Amino acid sequence: MLRYLALKGLHGAVLLAGLAVLSFVLVSLSPIDPIRAYLGDAATRMSPEQKARIADRWGLNDPAPLRFSKWAGRLLVGDFGVSRIFNKPVLQVIGERFWVSLNLMVSAWLLSGLIGFGLGVLAGARRGSGLDRCIRLYAYILASTPAFWLGMVLLVVFSVKLGVAPICCASPVGVAYAEATLGEKVRHLALPALTLSIIGVANIALHTRQKLLEVLESDFALFARAQGETTWGIVRHHGLRNILLPAVTLQFASFSELFGGAVLAEQVFSYPGLGEATVLAGLRSDVPLLMGLVLFSAVFVFVGNTLADVVYRWVDPRIRLGGGT
Amino acid sequence: MRSPLALRCFVPAAGMSLRAKTLGALALSAGLLLAILVMGAWIGDHGLSTDLEVRNLPPCPSHLFGTDWLGRDMLTRVLLGLRLSVFVGLAAASVGAVIGLVLGLAAAGFGPKMDLLVTWFVDLAMSLPHLVFQILIAFVVGGGTRGVMIAVAATHWATIARIMRAEALQLKSADYVQLSYKLGRSPWWVARRHVLPHLWPQFLVALILLFPHAISHEAALSFIGIGLTPHMPSMGILLSESLRHLSTGHWWLAVIPGAALVLVVKLFDVLAENLRRLLNPRTSQE
Repeated sequence: MLRYLALKGLHGAVLLAGLAVLSFVLVSLSPIDPIRAYLGDAATRMSPEQKARIADRWGLNDPAPLRFSKWAGRLLVGDFGVSRIFNKPVLQVIGERFWVSLNLMVSAWLLSGLIGFGLGVLAGARRGSGLDRCIRLYAYILASTPAFWLGMVLLVVFSVKLGVAPICCASPVGVAYAEATLGEKVRHLALPALTLSIIGVANIALHTRQKLLEVLESDFALFARAQGETTWGIVRHHGLRNILLPAVTLQFASFSELFGGAVLAEQVFSYPGLGEATVLAGLRSDVPLLMGLVLFSAVFVFVGNTLADVVYRWVDPRIRLGGGT
Repeated sequence: MRSPLALRCFVPAAGMSLRAKTLGALALSAGLLLAILVMGAWIGDHGLSTDLEVRNLPPCPSHLFGTDWLGRDMLTRVLLGLRLSVFVGLAAASVGAVIGLVLGLAAAGFGPKMDLLVTWFVDLAMSLPHLVFQILIAFVVGGGTRGVMIAVAATHWATIARIMRAEALQLKSADYVQLSYKLGRSPWWVARRHVLPHLWPQFLVALILLFPHAISHEAALSFIGIGLTPHMPSMGILLSESLRHLSTGHWWLAVIPGAALVLVVKLFDVLAENLRRLLNPRTSQE
């Protein structure tokens, strides 16, 4: 297990290094003028000589490999630069916003896992019934639905027509997120979390249904039935432990979609998390913040994929006994 | 037939053979898509002129999808927006698929070093959430139609490359291909006569399966403001504009265009699934 984790960590480090090189090359190739990007309108009032001096001082005229090694060296000691939009170190911005996004992502993640799994079990156990067809139809349509549109429909129904949910943000207007009460936070979290959870439901429901059908068609399920076990008894005693593991693995492997979905959900609800920061960084050319978020989201996805792998190896007795890795 | 309604909405016609059903679904989805695109060309742009006397109308007989805050007909805007979104999506998916095809075949055909390199790049492209990668690329390229197309292509080539590589490697190790080499056929002859006929349908299906993703990603990028500009009102732009009018209760501006987008995305999905069933020799004769 340790050897496996070490290998996995090495793989992740190489991938991150590759990503750092790739993003560096991409941004260097872009037509964005760093002086303008940092100084904004002040850059238009400067003389060419002043610009040249700044470029010299910032090392903009150095060869690319030198610039990259300087930048990478700072990343390694934890200096990601300063975000121009927020006037704070990038890591501090990511740190603050991560906790806001984490609430959203964790609740959406749990919600989609539980609803998806429940629907999948229902559909699988009642295969061919009207309930099964409706659940499949629902998952089938959901799979093609853009999450941000769904968020807007929820806004129209719950915030505008019914008036039971706030229309934006993570806390009431004029109240900082850290000072909002738990009840206020939950009220503001409900719709974004629901929006975000819906992406995962379709996938996990269809997958769980398929796995349960495989179990119900197996010889041991037939044997249990011959002994007088009911369908629900088979599902409870034989089905769940066989289908839970693939579902959990799938759920951990969905961190990538979760992060991407959070970007859109936060945009619809003006929820001040990492996703909104990513959009702002892209729109307003905040390069250090964008680079920081790119690397952070890669770590996030990597952790999810590794957890999926580890959970599988750790929980499944067949791999644990036989594999030895 | 315990629940005829639910049955009917999921299986268009029970009792037909699967092949007939597949062909039917294929024709229906292709026909509907074509109709939507043709209608977009046919309806013209006279609905786009601003007319402040009929602004903010909810759906009614003369304006089936309602009108927006400038009195523009939403049906016209939706049809034109869909056309734009579909064209941008198709172009982006095609570029991505061709890159994927070339790299996938290169990985399978040019030895283990090339294979390692391509696989590593596939891993790299998949290590980021799609949307974050797309924002990065669109930012670097500078947004616009070109930005969206490059961003979507750059995030989707990896899946195609992976499929094509696996298929080509499998074909390469097949007995009849090995035998063909032993009989003295040149690699080029083998590629043309044995490998390509098998890869071609796979590629086509993978390409069409990309369309729905590409169209939704265009919408998402334009929605957050990093894709197409408001001068090119694609579905993403329409939806992002409507977000500002939600709180005033103009629900039709958001709900109807989004539903139309879901319909089109789903139709492409149905098209691809049925095409796959038809082209796969294992299921085509059922």
